[in-house]
Amino acid sequence: MNNTTRLMIAAAIAMSLAACTKKVKEVPADTTAGETTTGATTGAITDTAPGKYSPADLDTDSCLRQRVVYFDFDQDTLKPDFQAAIACHAKYLRDRPEARMNLEGNADERGTREYNLGLGERRGNAVSAAIQGNGGSADQISVISYGEERPTCADSSEDCWSRNRRVEIVYTTR
Amino acid sequence: MKRLLLMVLMLLSASGLQAQGLDIGLVSGNEASLPIAVVPMPYQGRNVAPGTDVSEVIRNDLNRSGQFRSLPVANMPPARPTRGSEIDFDAWRLRKQDFIVVGRIVDTADGGYQVEYDLYDVAKRSRLLGLPIPGREKSMREVGHQIADEIYEKILGVRGAFWTRVAYVTATGLGPGTRYMLKVADSDGMNEQVIVRSPEPLLSPAWSPDGRKLAYVSFERGNSTIYVQDLNTGGRDVVASFKGINGAPSFSPDGRRLAMTLSKGGNPEIYVMDLASKSLTQVTRHYGIDTEATWMPDGRTLLFTSDRAGKPQVYSVAATGGEPTRVSFQGESNARATVSFDGKKIGMAQGSGNIYRIAILDKSFGGGSRWLTLSPGNLDESPSFAPNASMLLYATKEGRRGVLYAVSADGRVRLRIVSTENGDVREPAWGPFRQR
Repeated sequence: MNNTTRLMIAAAIAMSLAACTKKVKEVPADTTAGETTTGATTGAITDTAPGKYSPADLDTDSCLRQRVVYFDFDQDTLKPDFQAAIACHAKYLRDRPEARMNLEGNADERGTREYNLGLGERRGNAVSAAIQGNGGSADQISVISYGEERPTCADSSEDCWSRNRRVEIVYTTR
Repeated sequence: MKRLLLMVLMLLSASGLQAQGLDIGLVSGNEASLPIAVVPMPYQGRNVAPGTDVSEVIRNDLNRSGQFRSLPVANMPPARPTRGSEIDFDAWRLRKQDFIVVGRIVDTADGGYQVEYDLYDVAKRSRLLGLPIPGREKSMREVGHQIADEIYEKILGVRGAFWTRVAYVTATGLGPGTRYMLKVADSDGMNEQVIVRSPEPLLSPAWSPDGRKLAYVSFERGNSTIYVQDLNTGGRDVVASFKGINGAPSFSPDGRRLAMTLSKGGNPEIYVMDLASKSLTQVTRHYGIDTEATWMPDGRTLLFTSDRAGKPQVYSVAATGGEPTRVSFQGESNARATVSFDGKKIGMAQGSGNIYRIAILDKSFGGGSRWLTLSPGNLDESPSFAPNASMLLYATKEGRRGVLYAVSADGRVRLRIVSTENGDVREPAWGPFRQR
């Protein structure tokens, strides 16, 4: 791999991370957002990084701190923006076989409640499949659908709906 | 007292021209409604008078149906008859009343009360109905609902549904602090009882046909779980707690089986559980989302929601399994069917773009079926027929707040129902007729 290629890959990862970071709803642990992104770039080249993730990285690594995956209306297709985060969490599961996660599937308020339970489960399954595709083990992952029952906001607007169509990654054992 | 507030909104016509919102008891604007005078029924016994104004319960019930317009007490003639022989029919005809109800409350030998009432046709001066109904201090509202049911049936030829209960879910707060309650109240919103309190979501209450039990979905164990709870004892059983979704319970008409949605096999499918043995029969087999099963009155057929053709639509399938047939062909999507007692009307939540409304597919007219949109939208859902199919309850949102409406099956009458506790009300389920 020559230097140009390496740079391009790093740039691509940084861009995708930046794209994700914008949508992360969790409050950053510190305000030096620029530096964390740089730090995460190293961590995100998961297959080439020599170190393994430790539980502390869940709080500090900006890639692992992305715990929410967003979806389009009535869709369970994983958007490319979230591939980097999926890869980080898959690596975390590989690095820590004792770790366990719940994937909590959610839907916006449109459509009936029971149908949305199904939709939330589909989204959880899509994230589960992607994490497994990146080497995470099915035994480490549980999917729970909450449908539209656990909204993060209550407005009937596109903005609020887009924030509720999500899968939350919740580590039950770090 | 905690209760649901009821307000009445009358629609002048089904074309959507809406009159001003009116408080309960001031129903007007429906030209087809029948004028009826329910004269106050005094206590004529020798003990303590009951705390309930039975005639007021009857007046409010009849008004809420939208089929009647009861004369306010203030507009009644000064002479207040309590039995047929005392009625001055000319005085009531002058006030343009078609019907008059008179009555009184007396003591019974066992220390209770008895309401003795008579219904008269004012023009014909003839007695249509009259029965004594016994009651206790605590059950005098129920006596009023029973009398209202009898009057409704005598005049309209359709059994009344005032002596019924409704179940619903309330939610207060947003995020981790949300508190959920499953409640049951009388059809007029009074006598509210909390059935379950939970910090985790509750949804999809379903009545047993005898009105003694509720099936519902709770997340209090972490994942969705179906419970069946006895309303008298409060005792409850976990009937489904499999991996994945445990949702959308619906009692069969004989009360012995529970249709439900389970995704233990990988994606949501309809199952029927025999409640005595807990054995399961898988009804649907499709990679789409199959959910929201409800029984046709024959006890052999289920309606359910499926997105097997892309968007959610309502399908019909034998309860023992087999090939489903599509029922709904109008509208981008249709879901959560509710069926009238005679199986001729199917209510559903119909979606078009971001607009969701309650629509009825009416098959009462022989040959073809007819669609009728009952609600104005935008996020109307969870329709539930009254046991006499005269009205449907449904849930909607006003701003950020969940509220309920009741709408007559012809779309003319609407009642708004909000929680007095400032939270959301949702997931209404109209219970069966109560039995004496």
